[in-house]
Amino acid sequence: MAFLSAHFVAIVFYVLAVLAVAGGVGVITFKNPVHSALSLLGTFLMVAGLFVLRHAEFLGAVQLLVYAGGIMVLFLFVIMLVNVRRLSPDAAFLSRRAPLAVLSGVVFGALIAFGVLAGSLGHPGGGATALQMVQGHVMGNTEAVGWTLYRHFLVPFEIVSVVLLVAMIGAIIFGRKDAGLEGRGGRMEP
Amino acid sequence: MSLSQFIPFLPEIFLAVAGFAILLAGISLGKRGARGLSLLSLGSLAVTAILIWVVGRPVEGAHTILGGMLFVDTFAVYFKLLTMTASGIVLLMSAGYLERSDYSPGEFDALILFATLGMMIMASGANLVSLYVGLELMALSQYVLVGYFKLELKSNEGAVKYFVLGALSSGVLVYGISLLYGALGTLDLGAIRAALTASDTVNWTLNLGIILVGFGMLFKVAAVPFHVWTPDAYEGAPTPVTAFISVGPKAAAFAMFLRLFLGAFHPELAQWRIVMWIAAAATVIYGNIAALTQDNVKRMLAYSSIAHAGYALIGIVAGTAMGLWSVMVYMLIYTFMNLGAFGFVIMLETRGYAGERVGDYAGLAKRHPGAAAGMLIFMLSLAGIPPTAGFMGKLYVFSSAVQAGYIWLVVIAVVMSAVSLYYYFRIVVEMYLKDGDEDEPAPLVRDRWLDAMIGLCVFVTLFLGVYPAPVVGLAQSGVHALGLG
Amino acid sequence: MHAALIQFIVIPVVKIAVILGVVLLVVAYLTFAERKILAYMQVRLGPNRVGPKGWLQPIADGLKLFVKEDLIPAKAEKAVFLLAPAMIMIPALLAFSVIPFAPATKLFGLLPKAIPPYVTDINIALLFVLGISSIGVYGIILGGWSSNNKFSLMGGLRSAAQMVSYEVPMGFAIIAVLLMARSLSLVQIVKAQQAAHLWFFVPGILALGIYFICGVAETNRNPFDLPEAESELVAGFHTEYSGMKFAFFFLAEYTNMLVVSSLATIMFFGGWLRPFPNVAWLSFLGVVPPVIWFAVKVAGFIFVYMWFRGTFPRYRFDQLMQVGWKWLIPLSLANLVIVGAGVLLVKG
Repeated sequence: MAFLSAHFVAIVFYVLAVLAVAGGVGVITFKNPVHSALSLLGTFLMVAGLFVLRHAEFLGAVQLLVYAGGIMVLFLFVIMLVNVRRLSPDAAFLSRRAPLAVLSGVVFGALIAFGVLAGSLGHPGGGATALQMVQGHVMGNTEAVGWTLYRHFLVPFEIVSVVLLVAMIGAIIFGRKDAGLEGRGGRMEP
Repeated sequence: MSLSQFIPFLPEIFLAVAGFAILLAGISLGKRGARGLSLLSLGSLAVTAILIWVVGRPVEGAHTILGGMLFVDTFAVYFKLLTMTASGIVLLMSAGYLERSDYSPGEFDALILFATLGMMIMASGANLVSLYVGLELMALSQYVLVGYFKLELKSNEGAVKYFVLGALSSGVLVYGISLLYGALGTLDLGAIRAALTASDTVNWTLNLGIILVGFGMLFKVAAVPFHVWTPDAYEGAPTPVTAFISVGPKAAAFAMFLRLFLGAFHPELAQWRIVMWIAAAATVIYGNIAALTQDNVKRMLAYSSIAHAGYALIGIVAGTAMGLWSVMVYMLIYTFMNLGAFGFVIMLETRGYAGERVGDYAGLAKRHPGAAAGMLIFMLSLAGIPPTAGFMGKLYVFSSAVQAGYIWLVVIAVVMSAVSLYYYFRIVVEMYLKDGDEDEPAPLVRDRWLDAMIGLCVFVTLFLGVYPAPVVGLAQSGVHALGLG
Repeated sequence: MHAALIQFIVIPVVKIAVILGVVLLVVAYLTFAERKILAYMQVRLGPNRVGPKGWLQPIADGLKLFVKEDLIPAKAEKAVFLLAPAMIMIPALLAFSVIPFAPATKLFGLLPKAIPPYVTDINIALLFVLGISSIGVYGIILGGWSSNNKFSLMGGLRSAAQMVSYEVPMGFAIIAVLLMARSLSLVQIVKAQQAAHLWFFVPGILALGIYFICGVAETNRNPFDLPEAESELVAGFHTEYSGMKFAFFFLAEYTNMLVVSSLATIMFFGGWLRPFPNVAWLSFLGVVPPVIWFAVKVAGFIFVYMWFRGTFPRYRFDQLMQVGWKWLIPLSLANLVIVGAGVLLVKG
């Protein structure tokens, strides 16, 4: 009991972290795309938990709302529309590119490990209060995020809105059916 | 943050609003009005330029606005005007092309404007976040533009490859930024420079962060080994888009590159120089060698643009004030000569992919001596033969490297410039010494706007080849903004 | 040690048990209420055989579903098929962990010091409820998909599109409340209404309308009940479900109605506050415990739900999407501007 209460945060962290990684592994090992998507959902939920554990409550809630509640639903929506029940492994694909895939995986893993190691050796990082400070006053995490976003990072924030608009334009351009272009199949003047 | 701080930001605000307006106008016009929309877009670019002149000019030296997010300095103004000029030329070149196609011009023009907005932010960003967001705005607009002819397989292929690799490189860039933030606790370029100047110990987190940011930037300027997207994206994109992404975004990426590596990361020059040296040498060698075997003019120009990114990188390796302004001058010259060369590709592209094969240029000199002469000038300039501007650009970049003591790099670059003569002159040989297919000669598109833009490029290429002083002066005034020399 | 044990383990567990029990009981009787109300609206009698006036009907229904054979279609995706009912029920119940239905109380002097009767008050409660209820959609789409049945799949797809679309205006409507209350904590939102001497439905009447319409859509209730439209899709996403698993879908729908109504009460009608909380001569209303005021207001919303079901025909799917994207989203954005300007003017 004493051990539990002393190491509560660490225990929760490791449980969430292990489940999150397990979810990530599940995404690439499940053969059924819906199972992969659910596995990813599990990872998102665990990551939301990790955010909350680090007192970034706003991020946690937004992770839940945007990734789990929005993006993954659309993933599933597409998977169901296409109606793939099972992906067959492509042996040729794997055998030819496996060494490359392993290599890039190792490189990226090393990079991430290096970042984590460097981060843990370097600055210990701000505690919970640092995430809730606004100009020296301790407020909630949501307020802190809001103040930083709308005051300090106002310009990037506004530009991101244009970025999203461009993304929407792109999606509409590629998605819409153009009268007159259908069935042309290509060339300007064939 | 007072309201007066927004005044130097007015040009960007205006451009964004103009982009929205043109998007709406395009929707109501549908497939008609390509030329009107182009003029309207050009007008808004002109107004933006005037606004930059009126309110966006630096008061004295460099200062930042809006919470340290953007610089107001001559360096930013130089690159803003350069990228806007490139966008303006592309807008006029593309009007006729879009008219002949089945695709609506509204979104096209709006995307060019939004990409220009992103490039302006990249030129003036004073914080890694604003720089990154500007980069993404530009990149996302480019992905869509590359795939704009959505029923053409090649256009799709180019867009998908570009998007996937671009997203990956953005990830690498952001990881680098996060390592930098972890090591220094700040994203502000001025603060980063101050922190790097103050510390004299080797910090591996920091160095890895800088290298990863460098990799991200090398991707955006299409340098080896991050160039693999370039030929496919350039070949698949509608030709005016190819012209656009080969100049404006490349200039903007170099602006960000210079701002980061010769500005914020300059104190760590000794650490990252070797990486850039290798990248520059590999880019120059690979770009020129690979271009030798290309039969498709767009692919050839893609490899040629890789090679030119390599030449410009040499100025960054030099790491001096002259290295800085020589890259700035090089980007301007490259913009005009490359746009001119692509103008001719657009001109010849009337029957499907005609104008893309080298053979399509056969006998051009007999049928259209004017066009052939123009193309000759651009090929000379791209190869770096005096008295064209391309020669002056290379001269400045190479001499900056020689002054900094990088003789071998310059030797490699000069040898490779000689190699590049082969593929540039293949087109010249086709035009002047071969007889074309007389039964079915590739006709030229007669489009006065296109002619005028090519004429402008010819003029600038020749003028700067003879009298580069004004541009050099402009670029040199931007050096102080980055705190060099 | 013992004090800590009581504070961190015993009290929360008791609270959770009581709240779960009450919610499930209320939900069971909501089904009864709906049948009765619909019956009266249609001039029928409704269930009146089991127990006095039919009051034991929900118990009988529960027993029936409990002992009924539990079928799993042969070609169903078994794991997901079993998971789906849990994935719709858990989020629905989880939302009640942050819903404050009464202020801290000594329970008529039975407790030594006042403790809040709700499970917890977190400073992102509103976002939490939104996030949790957006998880609920998985139960529906996965249930629809795993059944391996065309009708179920259609129901699941419809539901996914519908829920994602209506979450957007719902979020914008809630931001309007957020602007007025300046907090995401549900307790603080109630207290802000007390401090403002005003229930937020007055300045936020448009937000209330948008929120409730979206709430109806999110719970897949008439006139937005396309995922289970019985005249087209048999029973939609839960066509293949039977027994207790079917009961879960059924109960989750009513639980979600309760969540939406509770949130509407808290955000727009002052939660547990009595009417006109600051008018002195109405203080005799304080005799009624806060939790009763809360229950009455929630019951009002629930009645509106049932009223809708008794009155409105179902939307067509394209109409549903048009209402969401072309009307509610622009309207909620406009509302946000209006409320924001108002807050700026009033509070400076």
